[in-house]
Amino acid sequence: MSNSAIDQARELFRDEVVTKALSRDVELPYGAGTAVLITLDNGHDHTRPNTFGPAGLLDLDAAIEAARARTDIVAVAVTGKPFIFAVGADLSGVDAIQNREQALAIGKLGHDVFRKLGELHVPTFALVNGAAMGGGVEVALHCTYRTVSSGVPAFSLPEAFLGLVPGWGGTYLLPNLIGAEKALKLIIDNPLAQNKVIKGTQVFEMGIADAIFEPADFVEESLRWAAKVVKGDITVERPEVDKGEAWDNAVNMARFTVEGKLHGAAPAPARAVELVAEARNRTRDEGFAAEDEALADLIMSPELKAGLYAFDLVQKRAKRPAGAPDKSLARKVTKVGVVGAGLMAGQLALLFARRLDVPVVMTDLDQERLDKGVAYVHGEVDKLLKKGRVNQDKANRLKGLVTGSLTKDAFSDADFVIEAVFEKMEVKQQVFAEVEAVVSPEAILATNTSSLSITEMASGLKHPERVVGFHFFNPVAVLPLLEIIRGEKTDDAALATAFTVAKKLKKTAVLCKDAPAFVVNRLLTLFMGEVLASVSEGTEPETADRAVAPLGLPMSPLMLLQLVGPAVALHVSETLHEAFPERFAVSAELGEVVKAGKNAIFAPDFTIDPEVKELLKGGDKPSTEPEILDRALRALAREIRIMLDEGVVAEAADIDLCLITGAGWPFHTGGITPYLDKVGVSEAVNGKPFHEDAPKAL
Amino acid sequence: MPRTARDVVFVDGARTPFGKSGKGLYAETRADDLVVRVIRELMRRNPGLPPERIDEVAIAATTQIGDQGLTIGRSAAILAGLPKSVPGYAIDRMCAGALTAVTTAGAGIAFGAYDVVIAGGVEHMGRHPMGEGVDPNPRFLTEKLVDPSALVMGNTAENLHDRYPGITKERADAYAVRSQEKVAKAYADGKIQPDLVEVLVRSAEQGYGLATKDEPPRPGTDMKTLAGLKTPFRAHGNVTPGNAAGLNDGATGAILAAEETAAELGLDARMRLVDFSFAGVEPEVMGVGPVPATEKLLARQGMGMDNIGLIEINEAFAVQVLAFLEHFGIADDDARVNPWGGAIALGHPLASSGVRLMMQLARQFAERPDVRYGITTMCVGMGMGGTVLWENTNYEGGK
Repeated sequence: MSNSAIDQARELFRDEVVTKALSRDVELPYGAGTAVLITLDNGHDHTRPNTFGPAGLLDLDAAIEAARARTDIVAVAVTGKPFIFAVGADLSGVDAIQNREQALAIGKLGHDVFRKLGELHVPTFALVNGAAMGGGVEVALHCTYRTVSSGVPAFSLPEAFLGLVPGWGGTYLLPNLIGAEKALKLIIDNPLAQNKVIKGTQVFEMGIADAIFEPADFVEESLRWAAKVVKGDITVERPEVDKGEAWDNAVNMARFTVEGKLHGAAPAPARAVELVAEARNRTRDEGFAAEDEALADLIMSPELKAGLYAFDLVQKRAKRPAGAPDKSLARKVTKVGVVGAGLMAGQLALLFARRLDVPVVMTDLDQERLDKGVAYVHGEVDKLLKKGRVNQDKANRLKGLVTGSLTKDAFSDADFVIEAVFEKMEVKQQVFAEVEAVVSPEAILATNTSSLSITEMASGLKHPERVVGFHFFNPVAVLPLLEIIRGEKTDDAALATAFTVAKKLKKTAVLCKDAPAFVVNRLLTLFMGEVLASVSEGTEPETADRAVAPLGLPMSPLMLLQLVGPAVALHVSETLHEAFPERFAVSAELGEVVKAGKNAIFAPDFTIDPEVKELLKGGDKPSTEPEILDRALRALAREIRIMLDEGVVAEAADIDLCLITGAGWPFHTGGITPYLDKVGVSEAVNGKPFHEDAPKAL
Repeated sequence: MPRTARDVVFVDGARTPFGKSGKGLYAETRADDLVVRVIRELMRRNPGLPPERIDEVAIAATTQIGDQGLTIGRSAAILAGLPKSVPGYAIDRMCAGALTAVTTAGAGIAFGAYDVVIAGGVEHMGRHPMGEGVDPNPRFLTEKLVDPSALVMGNTAENLHDRYPGITKERADAYAVRSQEKVAKAYADGKIQPDLVEVLVRSAEQGYGLATKDEPPRPGTDMKTLAGLKTPFRAHGNVTPGNAAGLNDGATGAILAAEETAAELGLDARMRLVDFSFAGVEPEVMGVGPVPATEKLLARQGMGMDNIGLIEINEAFAVQVLAFLEHFGIADDDARVNPWGGAIALGHPLASSGVRLMMQLARQFAERPDVRYGITTMCVGMGMGGTVLWENTNYEGGK
């Protein structure tokens, strides 16, 4: 590739943390000869993994070229720094790429360098000693042979998850190595399943690595193995790849998965599937060229920009919650109280006990319910034990930590009491008054309310400054978001304690103002409300439910309604209607569904329950799918702008972070505001976009 | 019930290549990782030994802090992936650490408390210079319990020249030249390599490398080169970096077993532990320690030096070897003594060296079925010596 293109690329990645390719001669055992051992090392510890930007690629290129010039070596081996092999392309410069030519140049540079590892005069060995992702995996794939450490914690091709394809050889080499089915598991299935990773043992079992060794002396044993391969004492035999029907079937299955999950909303996964589909018939040159084109297209795509923004949200912004007070103000939490013994209370008790390792006492007025609540937690601990997630000692400890009490006296030495009782203001106020009577004046009183006012809840207390909203999302063990709500009188110490506890619970905490239904429920209720409104106006429920499919959400609006529960959804919409009658309607039809005692929308065969359908039915003015999508998006754009103006959260980025971590909204929409900007709805509704330039997570 | 002592055999030994301390091979490699590699190699070379049958892991280190601390025998056992049921401990007798690990753990086998043990030693003198963190009791000096020179090993070597005025610098240098020559020849003949296990070495600047052979040897060393070296411990003295072992990093390990257990598991029994002895001398002439230790041992066994066919003596200093030879009336170039050279060329990572002597003796025994007995002996800081008497299991003379 031309020098000017390389220079341009380097200029774009000005702040690249360069991964050096350090070459050193090693004497292989058994008299096999001299090998060049290349160590990939960016000079930082494992918290800053090796990545490849243009300068790093050129350094690797120089190392390979130096080896190519030698006639006295028998092999080249590549390994990583301690705990890390390499985790892929440096994406820091992607934002700066201005045109497709530059994007194409980056893709080509990667290929030009990596492919030399597969085209040297001596065999090459990738010694995958630690985490390997994306371009790191591709370095290994280009090598003639691979060994993997059984201690490798993460090995993945996350490109499709972010909005790219594994386009430095991944989509061509991997299926030709292990077959399309297994390759697509890594290229498509895992990225689309919360970006799942595999471990070293699986890398070997799947046939990606030719040998596996324990971490204690992984490189030494790998080099012994390499020496035997060089000498011909070991012949690597790989099962032949089925390039016939099995390939077709795997590709068709992947197409089906991608379509089912994304409905065409994000281009990258589909592009990756098509590259795999063709990989069996293409030459290396053709395969790599096709990858270059795909990378160039995708690097310029708004979905990638949204994906990288979303990645930064969950990786960076989530770790430094905007508006959180200094953590030195936080109080120590040595015992937790949970008011209530229902399902939510039980989930909370388990989470607190597991993550904080402190006693958790649940209270309920009814002995039977209390016993059931504690028994639920103990049963969950037994499940963890059975799955091997905890050992017997830890299970004993957890069970010992979670107890029940009929009276709130048991809270007297608790520093943090959270209520998860019936969603009614008077009930919650009374509960807090009772708790306040027994706890110290500094103990935090937290509420898991989904829509009630924190300020009002605290109003009758002697110490309202210790009350804080602590809103989890169901299922608690799955959804990372925790909306932390500051009431009018909440003080910094209480808030700091809440954030510190959230961090220990491994939750993504976002600070919200005490506004009706906070962030996620407000927006989901609005969004669902538009869909329900179109139904009551006369649209077929199936049509309305399908209308927002182009967003590629994890579930359709009616499926979400079923998960939340029609009664809860109705309740939240009533709260919001009370607060903002002009923007939030209460669906009379939904009221009918609740009144009829229906708690499921769909029949077990995933068709809409005919009775529910009858209850939802309304007028005679049906809308088209695009019309419904448009009104739903417009409603979102308008509401988010109002929320930002009201100061419900600090920035649009927090809205997106909430939707991604609390509702599972996708990376390719960047939550939602980058998407609203992209399709022009923000501009149309609010007269300006949410993000002036590319969306910024920080 | 009367107790019967059991025979103890040396099954196998392995060691890392020795490195030069400071900027050498292992400058950025941890000491415990060296031990781990040795233990894993021993297990790999002896697949008949089920790991859960190991009753003890005794690892010596002189400076037991940092990566040589944390009860190194136990922590290395865990890091090496031995079952958690296998115990371990740390041991220290300065230079004779590994030698003492063998005698102590071996004695436990003879006593019947163990069937199989791993014994070895490590010293990363780069990461842990001699004397790191020590706090000598002031009484040593105020009450003149030891001479002020006793704590500096080089000074004790100079003192030994005073005690044996016949051992000149030239004799010491000549001995050192022979040690280098013998090591070079042994390497060329492939005698040393079988005991080595290659070790991955880290360098932040150069990337990973592989240590495959000893770094300290200086083949081609001659009298002229040695004559020009400085005598850092005494002006116009006798002890130079050329006629002494250097500062080194390395680890060694051995498997010992009850002879009956070795037979049961089909393990090699390369030599038999016959007896051992330790003795103290004035700390300021610590190098003479092997003399009383060996005398004591031979007397107990009713043997003389003429019964000993092979002598592996640690070469902390040439003068200390020569003092031993002079005492026993052995020629400076006697073929029985360190046939493959010694620590002056190979290096002396303090607490690891004892097992190196043993693994070399065991290999020499295999080549010499005519020899029945051999010793491994070392001088020890603070004025001691230790000697172990071994019987060649390949001995054919009795047939």
